[in-house]
Amino acid sequence: MKEDFEKRRKERLDRGIKVRSDGLYALMSWRELCYLVLPRLVLIVGMLILPLVMPSMYWQRVISNVCIYALLALSFDFLAHFVGLVSLGGAFFIGIGGYIAAILNTSFGLPPLLTIPLATIIGASFCTLLLLPCLPLRGVYFAIITLMYPLLLARVIEALDILGGTDGILGVESFLNRWMEQYVIIMMVLLFLFGVRRLVIKDIGLVFRAVKDNDQAVRASGISITYYKTIAVFIASAMGCLGGAYMVHLYMWAGLSMFALDFSILPIAATVIGGSGTLVGPVLGAFILVPISELLRAFGTLRIVFYALILLAFIIFRSEGILVYSQRKYQQFEKWVKV
Amino acid sequence: MSTPILQVNQVTKTFGGIFALDEVSFDLQEGDILGVIGPNGSGKTTLVNCITGFVGLTSGEVLFRDKIISGKPAHKIADMGITRTFQVMRPYYSLAAYKNLVIPLFSPRAKRTGGWRGGGKLGDRNTVSIDILEELGFERESFVPYKMASSLPTGYLKRLELARCLALKPEIIICDEVFSGLSASEIASMVPLIERLQMEGITLIMIEHRLRELFRVSNRVLVLNFGEKLREGLPDEVMADEKVKEAYFGSEEVVDYD
Amino acid sequence: MEILIYGTINSVSLALFSLGFAMVYGVSRLPNFAHGSLYVLSGFITWTLLNSLGLNYAVSIILAMIATGIIGALIYQFVLIRVRGMEISEIMASYAIGLAILEGLRWGGFKGMTYTLPSFIEGSTEIAGIPVDYQRLLVVGIGAAVVAFLWLFTHYTRIGLALRGMAQDERAAMMLGIDSDLMALAAMGFGSMLAALAAILLLPLGNIVVEAGYNVLILAIAVCIVGGLGSWMGAVIAAFLIGFAQILTVVYLGAHYQMVVALLAIILTLILKPSGLFGRQKELEERV
Repeated sequence: MKEDFEKRRKERLDRGIKVRSDGLYALMSWRELCYLVLPRLVLIVGMLILPLVMPSMYWQRVISNVCIYALLALSFDFLAHFVGLVSLGGAFFIGIGGYIAAILNTSFGLPPLLTIPLATIIGASFCTLLLLPCLPLRGVYFAIITLMYPLLLARVIEALDILGGTDGILGVESFLNRWMEQYVIIMMVLLFLFGVRRLVIKDIGLVFRAVKDNDQAVRASGISITYYKTIAVFIASAMGCLGGAYMVHLYMWAGLSMFALDFSILPIAATVIGGSGTLVGPVLGAFILVPISELLRAFGTLRIVFYALILLAFIIFRSEGILVYSQRKYQQFEKWVKV
Repeated sequence: MSTPILQVNQVTKTFGGIFALDEVSFDLQEGDILGVIGPNGSGKTTLVNCITGFVGLTSGEVLFRDKIISGKPAHKIADMGITRTFQVMRPYYSLAAYKNLVIPLFSPRAKRTGGWRGGGKLGDRNTVSIDILEELGFERESFVPYKMASSLPTGYLKRLELARCLALKPEIIICDEVFSGLSASEIASMVPLIERLQMEGITLIMIEHRLRELFRVSNRVLVLNFGEKLREGLPDEVMADEKVKEAYFGSEEVVDYD
Repeated sequence: MEILIYGTINSVSLALFSLGFAMVYGVSRLPNFAHGSLYVLSGFITWTLLNSLGLNYAVSIILAMIATGIIGALIYQFVLIRVRGMEISEIMASYAIGLAILEGLRWGGFKGMTYTLPSFIEGSTEIAGIPVDYQRLLVVGIGAAVVAFLWLFTHYTRIGLALRGMAQDERAAMMLGIDSDLMALAAMGFGSMLAALAAILLLPLGNIVVEAGYNVLILAIAVCIVGGLGSWMGAVIAAFLIGFAQILTVVYLGAHYQMVVALLAIILTLILKPSGLFGRQKELEERV
């Protein structure tokens, strides 16, 4: 005899305050303005006061590292979820940006305030050029090539003993003072975070997403997919090169370890933990993972095993990520509905 | 006879050992509506893909206004004004209808020509997009252009595909089964739209299975069967042809089972 | 003459470790980025069996090959099967596993230059006045035998034909009753065993180092891209092309340019003929 089940399913509805604060109507009341502005304010203020709250040298280094990885994670998330290109080699951007900045500084004597922007632009151009051959092709090839480039470049530099070989380029200038050192990178992270968020909302962001979801239709509209992918890769590599250029001035040294796997894997792990597709999630993920990796430093290369396993877990179980979960809770509520 | 706007010469396309298209040749005169018919698998969509550059030719050539276009990439061919719709519809489902149109308006051609009714200069993309949609029957008062593409019924989506072509101010539109999936009344409202496009100077190629409706609009018909061109001519001539009938309905031989 | 001999040896070595990767991709479109790590892992397993457990060399080899094959199959069964079909997730997942294995080995103490495997046959001989070790001759011999065996296997046995069928058209093969998952499992198992075989033949020529895992992965991918992803014949021919190119640069430019050759080979292929020499996908954008 069949029983009558009461079938239920979860229904997710936007919270009242979210609906009320959509669009221009948010200006109507303070409560709704707060609802919108508060998370962003917390983020910005939090990041800005961080160096003041943690004045020790050690923690400042940690914060700088967090920011470098945050830039890389941002670039990964942007490319992967808004353009459809999965970059498995963030180390490639760091290494190129870093070496260029080091050369500009040691061989041409330019100060950090010049080398960083120059290295960002030159580095991004160089990276984009090297990635150009695989842009007209299927996404798989981009993944393969970005994976291989840092490994290959490290070996090439070592084998040919150019650019300082295994010792690297020493004697890179540092910043004028500690505060500048800290705030430059924090400002850059905030700048790029909000900048890229604006970019993907604008119409050009639509084109990127169309390239990712439906590239045949984009082609049929007379738009060159390769052109837009190139723009996206340029932006993403600029972020990575910026991080690399900053790093060589932070550690006053450029070397093979800039092509290390950490820079390739941690951003991906940070993105999946923090919540892919949100752009803020990866930054959050970096904030979580980098301090943990500092603690794991004592265990040697175990930390890479750790990131790899995290990545694996997320790929297999396809979890949402912290930010996506929080966003959902903040904006929607759930209730059980009878079917 | 002036130069045909499109010339397809001995186009052959093989996939492995299979001849999807076998030395297909025809000319398209400017301002015509050419219907392309044939049983399933006769190579109609492959023909579209070859003309528009989505698939490379094995041999033969395609000329647009006497310039060779075969071998060029798809977006370059679209940039010249040869647009197409997709048989399996490909709107940008996660976007609103008018945002669907904003993307083609990013193309170099749209910037050059200003899109449909642009008169040479591209205005604000959102406005242009809604204007085009309105002209194609998306009622502005009922906010239809603002709806998510995923929530629109088939009739509107087919028009959306056409709108995407119009955003480029095309010279040729190749319609791959625009009538399929539509009810008779929906088709009845599409037909005047097609005729209006023709009057505005666009040349059309229409691949269709709905022969009755097709013959109302087209002035020439091409029949494909197993990748070969079977017949070309006026609709009545073509349908009276024995070979065409055999291709669609089979021959009249009865098999003796004794 | 030197070039011919060293070129052949290098090429066969490349072919040996690329075939495992090519096979898995060819049959089930799975890019197994854990390939390099399986190569190194099998070396360390053999070493451990040989030295820590004191087993006979031949026994260690066979056990290591079987173990590696099983590990490869397990990787498929527990991880890759869940991301089947999403190519990029497949790459990331298999790469993550590969990394976990390689770096795990490094952390577990397998670093430095002290791990070696003994050669099968000591001593060397001379061919046309050039000294060649027996081990290297063995590599060429067995390598050629493996290629021949694979060719025969995939053309004349049922399983082999099934694998080829899967490689050509997955849906058609499934309609004929060939189980796609089972084939992928078999492919991963075989491919991993091939990696182990390559390791066993090649590692005695040097030390077992974790770095080799990355090098093998890079070279295998380079060979497979140049040869065309999915084509076994292409992989063999590409191995010869790259193998000889590497030797030529060693002779004329210096010993350090080997990896540069691999890099250039990949870039050139992607620019000139992205589907490689014998790639199955003739036009990579053909998806309408």
